[in-house]
Amino acid sequence: MAYVAIADRDHDQEHHDPQTFITKYVWSQDHKVIAIQYSMTAIFVGVIALILSGMMRLQLAFPNEFDFIAPQDYYQFVTMHGMIMVIYLLTALFLGGFGNFLIPLQIGARDMVFPYLNMLSYWVYLLAVIILLSSFFVPGGPTGAGWTLYPPQAILTGTPGSTWGILLMLISLGVFIIAFTMGGLNYVTTVLQARCEGMTLMRMPLSVWGIFTATVLGLLAFPALLVSAIMMTLDSLLGTSFFMPAILEAGEQTEYGGGSPVLFQHLFWFFGHPEVYIVALPAFGLVSDILACHARKNIFGYRQMVWAIVGIGALSFIVWAHHMYVSGMNPYFGFFFATTTLIIAVPTAIKVYNWVLTLYEGDIHLRVPMLFCIGFIFTFIHGGLTGLFLGNVVVDLPLSDTYFVVGHFHMVMGVSPVLVVFAAIYHWFPKISGRMYNETLGKWHFWLTFLGTYSIYLPMHYLGILGLPRRYFAYGDTAFIPESAQSMNVGITYAALLVAVVQIVFFINIIYSTFRGKKADGNPWGATSLEWQTEHTPARHGNWGHDLPKVYRWAYDYSVPGEETDFIPQNEPPTGHSAGFDPENPHDGPHHA
Amino acid sequence: MNIFKELMDKSWATPGVGRIENIDRSPGASAKTGLMFLLAVLTSMFSLFIVGYRLRMGLADWQPLADPTILWLNTALLVLASITMQLAKNAAGRGEIRGVRLHLTLAGIFTIAFLVGQYTAWQALVASGMYTPANPAFAFFVLLTTLHALHLIGGLYVWAKSALNAWTGMEIIRFKVRVELCTTYWHYLLFVWVVFFAILLTT
Repeated sequence: MAYVAIADRDHDQEHHDPQTFITKYVWSQDHKVIAIQYSMTAIFVGVIALILSGMMRLQLAFPNEFDFIAPQDYYQFVTMHGMIMVIYLLTALFLGGFGNFLIPLQIGARDMVFPYLNMLSYWVYLLAVIILLSSFFVPGGPTGAGWTLYPPQAILTGTPGSTWGILLMLISLGVFIIAFTMGGLNYVTTVLQARCEGMTLMRMPLSVWGIFTATVLGLLAFPALLVSAIMMTLDSLLGTSFFMPAILEAGEQTEYGGGSPVLFQHLFWFFGHPEVYIVALPAFGLVSDILACHARKNIFGYRQMVWAIVGIGALSFIVWAHHMYVSGMNPYFGFFFATTTLIIAVPTAIKVYNWVLTLYEGDIHLRVPMLFCIGFIFTFIHGGLTGLFLGNVVVDLPLSDTYFVVGHFHMVMGVSPVLVVFAAIYHWFPKISGRMYNETLGKWHFWLTFLGTYSIYLPMHYLGILGLPRRYFAYGDTAFIPESAQSMNVGITYAALLVAVVQIVFFINIIYSTFRGKKADGNPWGATSLEWQTEHTPARHGNWGHDLPKVYRWAYDYSVPGEETDFIPQNEPPTGHSAGFDPENPHDGPHHA
Repeated sequence: MNIFKELMDKSWATPGVGRIENIDRSPGASAKTGLMFLLAVLTSMFSLFIVGYRLRMGLADWQPLADPTILWLNTALLVLASITMQLAKNAAGRGEIRGVRLHLTLAGIFTIAFLVGQYTAWQALVASGMYTPANPAFAFFVLLTTLHALHLIGGLYVWAKSALNAWTGMEIIRFKVRVELCTTYWHYLLFVWVVFFAILLTT
């Protein structure tokens, strides 16, 4: 039979539940199962990256104590930690995980429009992960070029993993981008084509807006990474000189000549900066939905929030060179990028104000997801403000190679999105598993993680201003680094190890609650958006029973004056006192007046 | 409703079923939207290669390529492939299965001939002995034409399915969308090739 996209199917074709274990849980085309597959794989590699960071911290606090951490190992840990966290954990988790789970449920669709492609996307992603991890087992180990993989050093001997490691990294990235493109085409097409009746664009929850815009960014930005990966692979394998200049290697002249390492940097950061927002925009969306729900208040400034998401997405393509100030550039060029960087702070600040104003006079329930969201507002403001420092050329130049930058980017795109990941997992856990998590364990998890990460990254800013260089394996006796800096490094390491260990509490909570947690009803938080209104919890294949839901209102009708309950689901028809509405003829409602 | 008007909607103030007039729910509409986004992705990728080409060209060691003459013939073949693909689509629109069969087959033949022609061009350059991978103009030429060819080969997979549908007597209505998608894709890849070729000729 010819393929018919789910959005185009009629009722008879809709009930196509898979029957066997394999089609239900392994080769599944159900967006909810694919979401869980994506999330579990992403969290698995994320834990590996977390362990790598623990090893880095051990080395920094106690240099020369650990025989198994040689300098080249340290650089391999740095590289793999960075790349895994940014691409294979956060991008995959926000878009492949939450994107897959939430888009069809929140817009009232049965599934993604191309379920087969969606399934393929996950398996190709898994292949990318396997290729990446296999580099730990090849001669020379994984690449130690730093997560930015700058040539020429990435493919010259002397850099760890300059033969096999870098190739596997580049191939894995290429495969990841193919997987992402398959998923991404699905997400945007589903949002545009498969919204249920009444779900206008401006009635979509902000989670969908964030994920949608981030996906568009990804679709346009990942090709830049692909282009640079392909050209670097050819430089490495076939001896082309796209990026490689004439250069000596171990005292000998190589055959390379004339290439431009700066060209690679432009391509890399043309991807790299939007990547920050590919991670941040879904987080912005999820936070908005969770805050409004647990504060029992409509999101403040919904339209501004949507416009800010779209505006940030557009601006994110014209700020990339602020990562390259230290590479040297025309001063006017630097001025341009400093200006655009400061401009992007405007829509971002609008979002922060609106989150705070959403909380203002709200009926705040400090449940675990809410705690994580409020924690996010703190870390995001903190990381955002230090970003304003670094966006200026004159401030960036002295700070760029110090721990100030490490503190900044971990605050803004490490800790902040991860706090949102936890908030979202706790918030949607009842819908995903049909059970409640343990609130006490969740609160312990929050406080130890939040305070722990602050004790890691806040002191790093101080170390950076002191001039402590980043990327160093050990500091030795350096005149300008006082003894106290080393003591602080030890303190940071203790905090980092504590935070790493505390995550066990999270895993215990989630695993125990999945099997033994208290049964959850369909809508335990009293939320308005469609995913909480499904007939079954967890939602079954096809999501909605026989008929698709109809949407009558936006996603934030919390504490509406004059209503009996403090929330009105999106699929609840307006009652008599909604001016001029005729329940017999809903198409003639005031919406069309 | 246009997109700007829609983004101005004060959705909190207007409960009731909102019509979503801008969603095309006809069969194949999702696939067409998906293809448009795929073409956006490809445009991003090819544009970045072209930017890389222009920047690399400005550096000291650039030596222009003597463009093989066969590229003119190849261009003509790809134009013919695109035209015949369009004719197949038109025939499908009119429900003429014989027209669909003829033009789809011709489109495939012209496309394969184009690919063979491109291969011949590479062979000619290699045989001249003047070019090594270290020559950036040659490296870019091989890289860009290979990527373009790979995308055409990907397209040929869908073309083969459509041709099979046409020759095995499937009703046109059931594979019409596939022919339409192929046509859009072929026109797009022709456009990409023309841009590449123009850049090759002028540099």
